[in-house]
Amino acid sequence: MAEKQLTNLPDFSLSPHIDQVGVEERVSRVTKRSIKKETKLNGLLLTLNMIDLTTLEGKDTDGKVQQMCYKAKHLHDIYEGLPTVAAVCVYPSMVRIAKKAVEGSGVKVAAVATAFPSGQAPGDVKIRDTKFAVNEGADEIDMVISRGKFLQGEYNFVFDEIAAVKEACGEARLKVILETGELVTYDKVRRASDIAMYAGADFIKTSTGKISPAATLPVTLVMLEAIRDFYYKTGKRIAMKPAGGISKSKLALHYLVLLNEILGEEWMNNQWFRFGASSLANDVLMQIMKEKTGVYQSANYFSID
Amino acid sequence: MAKTKNNTIKLKFDSARKFAPAPESRSAAKINARYDHFINGKFEKPQSKKYFSTINPATEEKLSEVADGNAADVVKAVKAARTAYDKYWKNMKGSERAKYIYRIARMVQERARELAIIESLDGGKPIRESRDFDVPTAANHFFYYAGWADKLEYAFPNRKASPLGVAGQIIPWNFPLLMAAWKIAPALATGNTVVLKPAESTPLTALKLAEIIQEADLPPGVVNILTGAGATGAALVNHPGVDKIAFTGSTNVGKIIQNAIAGTPKKATLELGGKAANIIFEDAAINQAVEGVINGIFFNQGHVCCAGSRLYVQESVYKTVVQKLKDRLETLIVGDPLDKNTDIGAINSKEQLNIINNYLKIGQKEGAAMHQSSVALPSKGFWCRPTIFTNVAQSNRIAQEEIFGPVLAIQSFRTDDEVIDKANNTPYGLSAGVWTDKGSKIFNLTTKLRAGVVWANTFNKFDPSSPFGGYKESGYGREGGLHGLSAYVRIV
Repeated sequence: MAEKQLTNLPDFSLSPHIDQVGVEERVSRVTKRSIKKETKLNGLLLTLNMIDLTTLEGKDTDGKVQQMCYKAKHLHDIYEGLPTVAAVCVYPSMVRIAKKAVEGSGVKVAAVATAFPSGQAPGDVKIRDTKFAVNEGADEIDMVISRGKFLQGEYNFVFDEIAAVKEACGEARLKVILETGELVTYDKVRRASDIAMYAGADFIKTSTGKISPAATLPVTLVMLEAIRDFYYKTGKRIAMKPAGGISKSKLALHYLVLLNEILGEEWMNNQWFRFGASSLANDVLMQIMKEKTGVYQSANYFSID
Repeated sequence: MAKTKNNTIKLKFDSARKFAPAPESRSAAKINARYDHFINGKFEKPQSKKYFSTINPATEEKLSEVADGNAADVVKAVKAARTAYDKYWKNMKGSERAKYIYRIARMVQERARELAIIESLDGGKPIRESRDFDVPTAANHFFYYAGWADKLEYAFPNRKASPLGVAGQIIPWNFPLLMAAWKIAPALATGNTVVLKPAESTPLTALKLAEIIQEADLPPGVVNILTGAGATGAALVNHPGVDKIAFTGSTNVGKIIQNAIAGTPKKATLELGGKAANIIFEDAAINQAVEGVINGIFFNQGHVCCAGSRLYVQESVYKTVVQKLKDRLETLIVGDPLDKNTDIGAINSKEQLNIINNYLKIGQKEGAAMHQSSVALPSKGFWCRPTIFTNVAQSNRIAQEEIFGPVLAIQSFRTDDEVIDKANNTPYGLSAGVWTDKGSKIFNLTTKLRAGVVWANTFNKFDPSSPFGGYKESGYGREGGLHGLSAYVRIV
């Protein structure tokens, strides 16, 4: 069976080429969309519901994670009927705490595993890291690819590693972080996307948030097109998660326009799209309150958990 | 993994077209109830005392009425231009002429918003294009040629370039303000005076430009703008006092002009029709090529002489490209030209819509497969869904004739030589596009394609410094850049 699948794999060095100028022009078309009134409000509410509220710091503690989890469920209680975020994203050591804190709310717990963010660890360590997070109760695993191996052209290594982590995930959905800021060219982003999808990724994700540039609209476009091409080839839907550097509502809405124009309405929900962000939620809340009241409120009115 | 057959997989894009209205404010543009000719620095009533209406093609509402010019008006305008040429313009220092042209450029920029709104109201093009392309590019042309006015001796080293005299300029309805800028800017920079006639369906921005020229305090008669239909244009072409004809429009009218000026000393540049080949090779960046093809044919509702209306796709990627084109077609928003989210506006006139619809019938009759987006069209006004034809052969009329609408004819090809032959197998030769990742292939094609402009991995890019013009029945002479200057000077 495994052998049969292997023979169906494409040659990843032949992944479609990407024209940088064309990608950036396409994105500039998207950023010119004018999003107003109910379209804006719906987009903002959807954005909140797509957020993976994230804390990934060396100094994370149980207390910090619990506070963030409360925020994940209660974004701004003064405004009735707000959705929760999609998930909280934490280190494996915090999964148990987070899981308990969001229990019953529908908010998922995602854990960054596989020696996040560098991924510079032996394979068995990565698998153990993943299994630990899953056993602690993680619903989703955010893994990093081995960028060094990828840049060396060792695509089979990268592929096998993703496939092994996917196996270790069991029921948990796997997000594969390409760390596009280290891959640099759109051609490489496309190739890495193809490898990840064929190796079993449920999501492809731009960045760890630790490297600049993190998510950008052009990189996201390239990945969304990879998802579309994969869908047409295999019939399998893959989800997308841009992460890092998305802190403003307007930019988030542009991501949604891009998503809607490339993959269509079936992707317009948090099963198939997420924002990895820590500070986006408050900017969105600020905009939502402005839509409701007609005036901007100061940042002091929005909790910073 | 759910086993799904490829042909049942379909993406859904209905929601991608649904945006809350975001219209540009119409009240930001001032349109008079009536416009007269602009002759000798003043707005003057037509000798015929007649006016005709100009309408908004998106609503069929009357916007204004403009003077119907006749031969007597032309005589008056040419006389004013001749006097201004002798009295002020031909002997003015280039650096002084430049000041006036710079002033026009700056005023176009200052009034960019108003000009863009009027351009969209009068012509039906989306505000996104008039705001981001037409108006800024028009200002750029004035800036660019203003810069040349005092440097003509460097443009033509060791030769003396002198102006021709009075230029009669006739412009089309697809880019009204931009074409006015293309014509007026180089003429003024080289010391010529101008009588310009905008198209009858889109005269308003040219008349706004007349107001700007008046405010810029250009010497009276240096630029004269007459409105009218074909007869007004014919009177201008046939006037013996005109030294140079610059025409952009249909190949048929171009031929009439060519006949009319035969045997006269009038110089001419004609920028006529086109049926550009856009060629996608299998090694191209396909997603970006598809986007380029979309822009190439649906820009300005396809009312573009250099539109990429014939698409050639290498057979190995043919299915993929057609699939991607269809998906992208679904996301294009057709509707109110003043809405900032509109991708495709209204067809410029009822006549043009009839022509396009007739070609849609012809295409289907010829056995080509027509595919249109599922977008709903407004009930009033002139509209055409973005359309692609597959199953097209070189012998189909929709692959041979200029449709001048949002209609793309797609053919497949196998080898480089084949596609070069097919691309050149047309009476036109204005533009072409090549999509490939291979640089050597680009150069091979650009030397063999008989087209005035060949874009590589992009399409519909314009810059004032770059010459533009056709081969064969797409006309002769070049506009833009250094080449654009030589069309307005006598070199000794």
